[in-house]
Amino acid sequence: MAYVMLELKELTTKYITRFHEDVYAVDHVSLKVEEGKSLGIAGESGCGKSTLALSLMGYYFAPLHYTSGEIIIDGKNISGMKPDDIRKTILGTEIAYIPQAAMNALNPTQKIISFINDVIQAHDPATSKKDCYDLARSVFENVGLPAEVLQKYPVELSGGMKQRTVIATSVILSPKVLIADEPSSALDVTTQKVVIKMLRDLMEKGIVKSMIFITHELPLLYNVTDDIMVMYAGQIVESGTAQQTVFDPLHPYSKGLMGSIIVPEAGLRDHKLTAIPGVPPNLKKPPAGCRFADRCKYVIPECKTNSVGLHVLEDDKRAYRCILPEEELRRYYKNA
Amino acid sequence: MPDEKKPCLSATGLTKVFGFGRQKTVAVDHVDFDFYEGEIISIVGESGSGKTTLAKMLLGLISTSEGEIYFQGKKRDLGKGIWDQWKKREYWKNIQAIFQDPYSSYNMFNKIDAVLLDCIRMRGGGKLPQAKKIAMMTEACSFVNLKYEELTNKYPFELSGGQMQRLMIARIFLLKPKILLADEPTSMIDASSRATILDMLLKLRKETGMTLIFITHDIGLAYYVSDSVYIMEHGKFVEHGTADEVILHPKEAYTQRLINDVPKIHEEWDLSTV
Repeated sequence: MAYVMLELKELTTKYITRFHEDVYAVDHVSLKVEEGKSLGIAGESGCGKSTLALSLMGYYFAPLHYTSGEIIIDGKNISGMKPDDIRKTILGTEIAYIPQAAMNALNPTQKIISFINDVIQAHDPATSKKDCYDLARSVFENVGLPAEVLQKYPVELSGGMKQRTVIATSVILSPKVLIADEPSSALDVTTQKVVIKMLRDLMEKGIVKSMIFITHELPLLYNVTDDIMVMYAGQIVESGTAQQTVFDPLHPYSKGLMGSIIVPEAGLRDHKLTAIPGVPPNLKKPPAGCRFADRCKYVIPECKTNSVGLHVLEDDKRAYRCILPEEELRRYYKNA
Repeated sequence: MPDEKKPCLSATGLTKVFGFGRQKTVAVDHVDFDFYEGEIISIVGESGSGKTTLAKMLLGLISTSEGEIYFQGKKRDLGKGIWDQWKKREYWKNIQAIFQDPYSSYNMFNKIDAVLLDCIRMRGGGKLPQAKKIAMMTEACSFVNLKYEELTNKYPFELSGGQMQRLMIARIFLLKPKILLADEPTSMIDASSRATILDMLLKLRKETGMTLIFITHDIGLAYYVSDSVYIMEHGKFVEHGTADEVILHPKEAYTQRLINDVPKIHEEWDLSTV
C-alpha cells in the first residue's frame, strides 16, 4: 500500500449561525489520499463539498468551527493547531487551496510578481527578491505559462490565464496536498481543458504530491481523478474508484446522479435522464435516519429511524451508506 | 416536427456592433437563420461568441445595427422610443425568456404572488375573480412541482436557485408564449436539478407546442434536447444542421475542437491537444 499523504478520521465541523443554531455541514467524514493519487468529491450544491475543503485545511474562522476528528497530513496531526500556526506552517507548504473564484484572489493594484513575493516571504522572510523571481519563473515555465505574465497586472490577463496564474502561485512552495474547489466552473470548455492539463502536469512532475478535486460535474471528475467520493447532506454516501462510482454506483443517490450525466456522445438521446425529486434536508435539524430517505425510491420504514453506517466492501476502498444490502440494491437497479 | 414547416422567427443579415472606430466590436456578424414553428433549436458557442447579444436582439431588448428580424413571416416592428412601448409589450406576449441567473430575474421587492399575478394580467386575465386567479396560479405551481400554499407569502430570495428557475417556468406556463428563449437556463444549477428543469421545459413545450430556443455552451445539453443545432463563433454561425449531423459528425474544424474539448465518459478525453 502506498504512503498515505492525507488522512481524515471522523472529521466533524459545524457552522454556528447568528441565532446560535448548529449546522453540521461536515459530519464524520473519513478519507485517505495516497501519494501520487487524486480524489474527487462530487455532490449537489449545499451538500458540504466546499466546507469539507475548508475544514480539511485545519484553518477555521467564524462561523465555521471545529468539533471533533483528526486531520493527519504526512504523519502530522494538525487538527488541534491554532489558526495562526496553521497559516504560517501548514498553508502553502503542506496544503494549498484553489478557491472557486480564483481570479478574484489577485490584487488588481499589484503585479503578479509582487503577489508571489508576498506569498514566499510570508513563509520565509529572508528570501531575496531575486530568489523569489527565479523560483516563480521556474514554476511558471514548468506549467507552461510564459514568464512575461509575472510582470503584468491582473487586468491584463484573460480569465483562464488568471486562473492558471493563481494555481501556479498556490503551488509555488510545492505543497503535499492541493485542494482544487471547482477550479474550472467559471471557464468555457477549451480553457477548462487547459486548466485540467495543467493540474495533471503538476501531479506528473511531482510539484504537488496529491490532489483533492471538488466539482459537481461528473464527466470532468471521471476524467481527472483516480477515486471519487459522493457527498450528500454532509456525509459521504459512496466512495470507490472513478470507474466504479460512475458506471456501477451503489447508493440510490449516486445512482440518480450518474443518471443525470449529459455528454455529447452517440446514444445519449435514447436514454432518459433521471431527475432526483425533492430537496436535500435542512442541516440544522438533520433527520434521525438516513438523510436521503425522503427522496429515495427504495425507502423502507427502517430508513427513517435507524441511523445508517458506511458499509465497507471487501476491497477496502469501496464503501456505501445504505441500509439495504448490495445484492438487493443491484437487483432494484436491474429491474428499474 | 410538423410536416409543413412554417418559419416562426427568421433573420437576414442580422448584425450588432458595439462602439465605433478603434473600439468597434462586432458582436453578431451578418447572421441569417430560419427557426421553424414547434422546433427545438440550440445555439452553441463559447463565452464571447455573441450568443447572448443575439438573444437580446431577438427579444427586442437592444436595437439591431443592421439586418431584419421576421416574426411569423412579417417584419418585426418595435417602433422607437417610449411612446411605442406598447408594440414591445405586444411582441413580448409572443416571445418570452428564461435567463441564466434566476437570482437576478426577479424583482426582489415583489412577493411571488405578484410575480405570477403579473403574468395573468399580461394574458388579459386582470379582471378575473380572485378564486379563478388563485386556481390558475396553483395549477402553474403544481406544473413545476412547487406548492402554491407554501409560496404565497414568500419573497423570491427565500427560494433556492432551482426553485426560482422552476418558478420562472411556472411564469412561462401562465404566459403561454409562442417562442421561449432559454439563455443558459441550467448553467447555474447543479447536475441533478438540471434534469428536472429540462424535463419541465420539454413537458411544457409538448403541451403548448411552442418553439424553444436554447442558448448554451453545454454541447451535451444541446445534443440532448434539440432538433437543430447552430454553432456560433465570433458572431457568426459556422455550422448548422440537425443535432445528429452537427454533434456526431461535425464538419467544421471549430465544431470538432469544441466537441473534443468536452470531457466524456465512454470515450478517452484527449488532453494532448491543448
